[in-house]
Amino acid sequence: MQFQVSNLIPVLPELFVLGLACAVLLTDLFVTDRQRILPYGLAQVGLVVAAVLTLWVAGPERQVVLDGSYVRDPMSDVLKLAIFVVTFAVFVYAKDYLRQRELFKGDFYALGLFAMLGMMVVVSANSLLAIYLGLELLALCLYALVAFDRDSPLASEAAMKYYVLGALASGMLLYGMSMVYGATGALDFPSVARAVADPGDQRLVLVFGLVFLVIGIAFKFGAVPFHMWVPDVYQGAPTATTVFLGSVPKLAAFALAMRLLVDGMGALHADWQGMLVILAVLSMAIGNLVAIAQANIKRMLAYSTISHVGFLLLGLLAGTGDGYTAAMFYAIVYALMATGAFGIVMLLSRAGFEAESLADYKGLGQRSPWFAGMMLLLMFSMAGVPPTAGFFAKLFVLQAVVAVDMVWLAVAAVAFSIIGAFYYLRIVKLMYFDEPESQEPLQAGWDTRALLSLNGLAMLYFGVFPAGLLAACNFAVG
Amino acid sequence: MTADWPILSFTIWLPIVGGVMVLASGDKAPNVSRWTALAVAVLTFLVSLPLWSGFDVGTAQMQFVERAPWVPLLHIEYYLGVDGISMPLILLTTFLTVLVVIAGWEVIQYKPHQYMAAFLLMEGVMIGVFAALDAMLFYVFWEAMLIPMFIIIGIWGGPNRVYATIKFFLYTFFGSVLMLVALIYLYFQTGSFDILGYYDIKLGLTPQILIFLAFLTAFAVKVPMWPVHTWLPDAHVEAPTGGSVILAAIMLKIGGYGFLRFSLPITPDASQHLDWLIIFMSLVAVVYIGFVALVQQDMKKLIAYSSIAHMGFVTLGFFIVFTILHRADVHSGAALGVQGGMVQMISHGFISAALFLCVGVMYDRLHSRQIADYGGVVNTMPVFGALMVFFAMANAGLPGTSGFVGEFMVILASFRADFWYAFLAATTLIIGAAYTLWMVKRVVFGKVVSQGVAALQDVNGRELLVLGSLAVVVLILGIWPAPLVKVMDVTVQNLIQHVAVSKL
Repeated sequence: MQFQVSNLIPVLPELFVLGLACAVLLTDLFVTDRQRILPYGLAQVGLVVAAVLTLWVAGPERQVVLDGSYVRDPMSDVLKLAIFVVTFAVFVYAKDYLRQRELFKGDFYALGLFAMLGMMVVVSANSLLAIYLGLELLALCLYALVAFDRDSPLASEAAMKYYVLGALASGMLLYGMSMVYGATGALDFPSVARAVADPGDQRLVLVFGLVFLVIGIAFKFGAVPFHMWVPDVYQGAPTATTVFLGSVPKLAAFALAMRLLVDGMGALHADWQGMLVILAVLSMAIGNLVAIAQANIKRMLAYSTISHVGFLLLGLLAGTGDGYTAAMFYAIVYALMATGAFGIVMLLSRAGFEAESLADYKGLGQRSPWFAGMMLLLMFSMAGVPPTAGFFAKLFVLQAVVAVDMVWLAVAAVAFSIIGAFYYLRIVKLMYFDEPESQEPLQAGWDTRALLSLNGLAMLYFGVFPAGLLAACNFAVG
Repeated sequence: MTADWPILSFTIWLPIVGGVMVLASGDKAPNVSRWTALAVAVLTFLVSLPLWSGFDVGTAQMQFVERAPWVPLLHIEYYLGVDGISMPLILLTTFLTVLVVIAGWEVIQYKPHQYMAAFLLMEGVMIGVFAALDAMLFYVFWEAMLIPMFIIIGIWGGPNRVYATIKFFLYTFFGSVLMLVALIYLYFQTGSFDILGYYDIKLGLTPQILIFLAFLTAFAVKVPMWPVHTWLPDAHVEAPTGGSVILAAIMLKIGGYGFLRFSLPITPDASQHLDWLIIFMSLVAVVYIGFVALVQQDMKKLIAYSSIAHMGFVTLGFFIVFTILHRADVHSGAALGVQGGMVQMISHGFISAALFLCVGVMYDRLHSRQIADYGGVVNTMPVFGALMVFFAMANAGLPGTSGFVGEFMVILASFRADFWYAFLAATTLIIGAAYTLWMVKRVVFGKVVSQGVAALQDVNGRELLVLGSLAVVVLILGIWPAPLVKVMDVTVQNLIQHVAVSKL
């Protein structure tokens, strides 16, 4: 391995975030409870710097470094930027929530940054080993974040469940990787892809391994039938963790699928397409149907996530440049929607009151017309009603599946989205058509309010001007 | 023709921007909101007038065209234009929105700024539907329409409003998503979302039929046609007066407009293949729904069912074209049905609006919509009684009112198609007269039935202005419909020629 400085420039953002996370952890040791804002501020400033660094090293060409195990390409640039933006928003939303519950510690931000580093590694991985390392770094931090409120039995239970199932999924993934390695003799994706293109008598082993890879990916996405952990973990975790868990890792999961399935196993598209069709249809069906029966908004949003994953998979399974673009657009829009929706959940909560029940949203239109309006935009965006971003996200993936002559899949998708519209509408109904149960004013600070407003309006902005983001996604993967 | 300034964009965005301003004005100063809303609505109406005055009736081409890329990667454009079919509907929208704003002036006391804003947003979006020539732009406006209406019914509606509004939303959403899939399919046939581009492509019969059915679900739910009409009576009964007016007068017309803009020209062969289905559904609406209207106890429900029956006339007029074209002994008159349907849409827009406003006037005073609670209203409200009787007559298709013109044209055209179509359609003249006049008899005439009715005040200046202007329009269109027919004539002729050519 050669350590030349020029070799390290493409991984500058990762190195910086690693240093940043350590710095946040160390700073936290030396500050008093009143100065906790310092590690938080450091993390936020660091995120901005990381974004600038990413922009600085970005470019249209593809750079492979660290002996072929790491790649910097437009897809990794765009996804990393999206990860920074969403993480920034998550950190802001989480601040007040954590403070009200005396959980405002630097650990949260350090763990968040390490998890983000794991995602960056997944996004830029060019070999099976690198992608697995990134994934484990991400997962371990998330387990700890779920259990962050250590006095809450519900959170501990969720963390335990997440850990056991996550370990199982990692094992599956690793098993699949070992099969692929055994059949191709290579770990880096270009070599794997070459070997897969001409599999000879190894084809059966490869497809066998592929099944396990898809299971691993499906688990990380939370696609049915590997979705069992999603509702429990979303509900059990502190909302500050749920907002992180429910948004950013989906971008990493998208990258995971792109790297493993497209970069690595692209030649087996016909095989994994069938598997993804099953996952997508089941996810859209179960996600949307079960969400209707939920009385807890975090659980409802968890099932809604599952259904969105189904839509996202539609873009991936199309297997075309347009399909990947659509899926990436969907992933980014989804991450923004989820952050906003959980952000509103945190906005309504206060010490001793989690605002988790659907009934807590009654009369929000009277209590706070502005944030009810933002939630309205987010809900209609999730339902896919124009003129919001969610509509274009759905439109693009539908277009991708119709382009590959899978009209029936598009019809199934729109049918499930009608079912989905019902439970999003129910939130709007509660907010606007019912009388409020409490008149408690909202306690969030100005930064949370401003960012949440921006987040809601972004739904409208990307719904009216989707061209820019779409062009960026197309530049990244098209 | 093209104007020097983007009239269509102005008529779309002025009310939307105005609506956001009204929304931002908050509930501290309701009168400011009301006056701003009125100013915006009037201004929009004035801005839309050049569409009529500058309209070239000699061409079937799109006029006032505006075109700019929107999502270049997928060839989605911001593409607007009007022809003889859409232009009158846009004017109908801008005119009625002014009246709706005035009609809600004192009546709406709960959050008037949001109410006014919702209607202004609706106006802009509905004009967008009529003016869009890009399928995705059309779809965005089409769906965006649901959000303000959902809120309007849900917040200012009657006791059962939540059920009604969710039913309304899910029904129409269901109808439109299938259309979305059809539009995407068409995109892959032509490589763009240009609606006019869809007119000229060849399509096999099976794809045409599937596309036709997808369009049919969208438009039939919107019109609404029997048997997917059940959301309408619920939505109407629960909606506030203004909501009912917009719903009946304009949103239903969007379904009819969709048939002319999409179904007929894009899938002519499928339309011809399945015209029996539409004609059957239309005749069921005319006859059966007419009888259903007869037994209603609730005035708004009665008018809602009457709307369904009248819209049955519209779809009947549109789809008898093929029968006429294929009868060897008839050489002209195919356009008459489509024109009749169009006139009927415009006229029904005014008449149903007026009837819902009449019910609103009474409801504001007695807070009941039940026919049984009224009786002898004319004794205490003579001016109102006269106006209500006039609109009821128009609804029943009395010659001299606009209601007669459309129905007569459609019946005349259906005679050329098939005697029995005409026979069944003409029964509406009897049933329509029966349910409307019977309602009027029970509500307006007779003895004063209760203390409440005895204490009624006659219409005030504001109500008189609204109802009076509608009466004038209904009368003018009834006596002298020629300008309206002339505006759409060339466009309709062109459409007929187009659908006569097979796309197979």
